[in-house]
Amino acid sequence: MDIINNIVRILGKYWNLFLIGTGNTLLLSAITVAFGVLIGSLLAVMRISKLKVGNCRPLNLLATIYVELIRGTPLLLQLYFFYFLLPMLIPALSINKNFSIILALCLNSGAYVAEIIRAGISAVDKGQTEAARSLGLNGRQTMMKVIFPQAIKNILPALCNEFVSVIKETSLASTFFVGDLMTQYKTINGATYLSIEPLIVVGIIYFVLTFSLSKVIAVLERRLKTSD
Amino acid sequence: MTNSNHLIEVTDLHKSFGELKVLKGVSEHISKGEVVSIIGPSGGGKSTFLRCLNLLEVPDSGKILFEGEDITAKGVNIDLHRQKMGMVFQHFNVFPHMTVGENVTMAPVLLGKKKQNEAVEMAKALLNRVGLGEKYDEYPQRLSGGQKQRLAIVRALAMEPDVMLFDEPTSALDPEMVGEVLNVIKSLVKDGMTTVIVTHEMGFAREISDRVFFMDGGILAEKGTPDEIFSHPQNPRTQEFLSKVLY
Repeated sequence: MDIINNIVRILGKYWNLFLIGTGNTLLLSAITVAFGVLIGSLLAVMRISKLKVGNCRPLNLLATIYVELIRGTPLLLQLYFFYFLLPMLIPALSINKNFSIILALCLNSGAYVAEIIRAGISAVDKGQTEAARSLGLNGRQTMMKVIFPQAIKNILPALCNEFVSVIKETSLASTFFVGDLMTQYKTINGATYLSIEPLIVVGIIYFVLTFSLSKVIAVLERRLKTSD
Repeated sequence: MTNSNHLIEVTDLHKSFGELKVLKGVSEHISKGEVVSIIGPSGGGKSTFLRCLNLLEVPDSGKILFEGEDITAKGVNIDLHRQKMGMVFQHFNVFPHMTVGENVTMAPVLLGKKKQNEAVEMAKALLNRVGLGEKYDEYPQRLSGGQKQRLAIVRALAMEPDVMLFDEPTSALDPEMVGEVLNVIKSLVKDGMTTVIVTHEMGFAREISDRVFFMDGGILAEKGTPDEIFSHPQNPRTQEFLSKVLY
């Protein structure tokens, strides 16, 4: 039972690294989702905007291209891209490589959040819009008073699921040693030449984080349903 | 040119959905206080015609005058006109995230027609009138189909419209609930509300209408008093339709 002995040993010696890594992963995920929601909301507004120039809806087009590009390329590629691109554009940033990585994560999450918001809004029955407009509400009033309060019930649980995904996806950022949980695995692996044992520990931590969050989401979803 | 007694005047209305021509030149008028039923086979353009009247469907060409103003003209604020045109839908479309009371008071308060306390008072009176007074604080989820439709009617009435448009208001109801909704409409008509109703309830159309339009193939194929349409239809298509639905 070498494995168990080794696990106990690295836990005793490196518990603080696991702790720091867990904290960093959660912080990184929270920042990503928070800015993802900001960016995503902006994109969603662009996608439903009716602003027209000639036959083209420029805001809608821009947001659509952005969302499709982000969703159509691997996150790891995007991380590399920003890691190299940003210091080229803004040399001052070459001091803090983590900034490029965090920015890439936020921009990535924003595209997915935009889709979540758009889907949540378009899932509201078209008849609701017609009823509100036929009462004389304008487009904005209809959105604020009738559509969005219903859409938020679709959006909130999906956003929590996005948070769960992001927790797992931030592990890709360890490629650039940003200090998250997976980075700590690499550090411990380098120091001890043990592969499986620290992986098991890190895996359990990831699982506990995402599993408990999913359970919280399930409760939230039930609450939202009963409040209808 | 415009008759001041005409609340709505429609001239040569055309509307297509893609290749499908749904309205092929409809011209008509609705007078103040008039009750008009629109009957006809499915796909004949009845609902599209009704939905064009408050521009839920934007016609491809043609003109709609409402209270003397061309609402299809560029730069018209259609929201202001819609406030005076109540609409009731086949599928009720009540707001599920608001209580019964909020469903009724939201629009008049938001649009500055009523103060909150006035709106509440009016909502309670209207809801009482249709037998929903007890439900003021409930959510629509707990209402039956017939109750939801009565709520939808009250919601439209709360804006104090000059005309009520009904788009097959009883088609999605269980049979035993049709009567309660028709009775509410009947009482509105008795109070002199200008009403346009798309319906498959022939008996009801015959009873309440001043005029009946028979729509088929995107045109007003025949129009007349209920007696003319139901007892002495001239158009063979009207005769065929009525022979199928009246037995």
